[in-house]
Amino acid sequence: MQRQVALIKQSLFDQGYLDEQFMELEELQDDANPNFVEEVSTLYFKDSARLINNIDQALERGSFDFNRLDSYMHQFKGSSTSIGANKVKAECTKFREYCRAGNAEGCLRTFQQLKKEHSTLRKKLEHYFQLARQAGPKETARRPK
Amino acid sequence: MEKGGFSPVGLRVLVVDDDPTWLKILEKMLKKCSYEVTTCGLAREALRLLRERKDGYDIVISDVNMPDMDGFKLLEHVGLELDLPVIMMSVDGETSRVMKGVQHGACDYLLKPIRMKELKIIWQHVLRKKLQEVRDIEGCGYDGGADWITRYDEAHFLGGGEDVSFGKKRKDFDFEKKLLQDESDPSSSSSKKARVVWSFELHQKFVNAVNQIGCDHKAGPKKILDLMNVPWLTRENVASHLQKYRLYLSRLEKEKEIKCYSGGVKSIDSSPKDAEVNSGHQSPGKSSFVFSGGMFQKATETDPKPLASASLSDPNTDVIMPPKTKKTRIGFDPPPISSSAFDSLLPWNDASEVLESKPVLYENSFLQQLPLPSQSSYVANSAPSLMEEEMKPPYETPAGGSSVNADEFLMPQDKISTVTIQDLDPSAISCMKQQEFSSNVTNNTEAILRSLNWELPESHHSASLDTDLDLSCLNGDRFLANTGLYFQDYSNSPSLLSELPLNLWYGNERLPDPDDYSFMVDHGLFIS
Repeated sequence: MQRQVALIKQSLFDQGYLDEQFMELEELQDDANPNFVEEVSTLYFKDSARLINNIDQALERGSFDFNRLDSYMHQFKGSSTSIGANKVKAECTKFREYCRAGNAEGCLRTFQQLKKEHSTLRKKLEHYFQLARQAGPKETARRPK
Repeated sequence: MEKGGFSPVGLRVLVVDDDPTWLKILEKMLKKCSYEVTTCGLAREALRLLRERKDGYDIVISDVNMPDMDGFKLLEHVGLELDLPVIMMSVDGETSRVMKGVQHGACDYLLKPIRMKELKIIWQHVLRKKLQEVRDIEGCGYDGGADWITRYDEAHFLGGGEDVSFGKKRKDFDFEKKLLQDESDPSSSSSKKARVVWSFELHQKFVNAVNQIGCDHKAGPKKILDLMNVPWLTRENVASHLQKYRLYLSRLEKEKEIKCYSGGVKSIDSSPKDAEVNSGHQSPGKSSFVFSGGMFQKATETDPKPLASASLSDPNTDVIMPPKTKKTRIGFDPPPISSSAFDSLLPWNDASEVLESKPVLYENSFLQQLPLPSQSSYVANSAPSLMEEEMKPPYETPAGGSSVNADEFLMPQDKISTVTIQDLDPSAISCMKQQEFSSNVTNNTEAILRSLNWELPESHHSASLDTDLDLSCLNGDRFLANTGLYFQDYSNSPSLLSELPLNLWYGNERLPDPDDYSFMVDHGLFIS
């Protein structure tokens, strides 16, 4: 069970879903905050859902205020770095580039991709944390190789 | 403890970020650094918190992008109002943004994702800022002095107060101790060295010995030591004390050159002596500190309010009252200082009102300095110079004049008080001012002119003298106090306080070598 958890985590890193920031979070986890990583993760997804919503609405309006969109995405990117959401972050960067280029089409496409990545990551992490809790608290704190 | 891993316990950090995830992470990271963390999701809220407790935080970390206020604006506010070091954060590492941060006065610009190791060293910004402020005051022309001050600051900062436990917070000790061990003296042996406390009496002996020998330049530590006849004192102690003393003297010289008053030197000479004599009459004991402390205490007690109101630059006759009452206690003839000298410096000498208020102001601010003899010189200085004053050994502060004796040296408040208390006439004022100048022992004309203009940023803040008194200790302190690294309960006991500065100043006889300091400085003022 524990090995399974470790493997899952390893694959998340290998596949580029997570970067070193996630490891940093794990190192912060201690007796005072035994579920720190999961808490942060939950917080991130809650907050990012809100941001995604904002961007969705802005895009739906169709007015394409690139400055505003860029600003939203800046926020989103910052947030995504917090848990090391690597792929999500990459999409954010792309989106911002399209914003600067004034490419509405590019923005829309990228945003769809971003939402997908975001959703994927959430599921994977939820699964991971669930297993980790089942396996025992120590596992989540262990660094992947 | 390894250098990179060190972080001072209890550094008070305010984190401002609209991103709740980052706020949570940063809080955890900072707590792991053993810092005291306050988080805030809104810039306005942050400002409110900061203003509420003006010296409640040592450093602010803020995100650049926030919904209610631009991070740079917050940075400006904090810098202007509170003069705290601010670190900016952003996911955006674009050069232009970073430059903007720097331009707005950010101490550092961290890129998200932020690593713990980056947070571990933020205390260095706090330290650096404090030292920078001292250097600014030292300003031009005192490069050697500035370095020395810095070194002294750092020693003082880092370990000077260790031997004196006057209510200093434990975390301050921790920090200082650690800093001392880790940064200042790699061998960490300094904390084991014996410390000499240069009390007033001791210093008096020292100065007497120096004067006895003659020109102090010829006086060597050994000779002085012999003359002093203090068995437990070592040549080494005397040597380092002499070094500081000489620096003080050389500053006085520079001061005089810069001021170029006509007859200034003479006036300075005469007035201190007069003050000395007179204060001697009043003084029950040998220690002028105690005496002056007592005197000032009384002064403080009698009329705090008028003084305070004076400081609010509202000259009125009430203000004059306190001086007169004090005058009865201390008879002092105004020194024969030419008004011209005075005129040259004070643009306002036309206004009698101003004259009246100003000396009182001096008195006020001077009284503020009360608890710390070493600070007495500051008198209307702005906070930075206050700190500088505090950082400097007492003998640097007062008495102007080339002929220095122990009394002058260590009884700044006496003279200044007597002068201030004197007739509110230009001569007294100029004398007072001269003393202030010399006591400032700073080459920073700007600071002095500022003091002339009676800008008392710190003292103006409060309406009551009590607070001012508090500030007096803390003004100089303040910068350091702000860091939570300094003695915060300073102003509790006057007698203790009168002893304090000496301890502070001289307590750290085992000042590390300049080498150590420069090492420390080099490594300490790290910030890339």
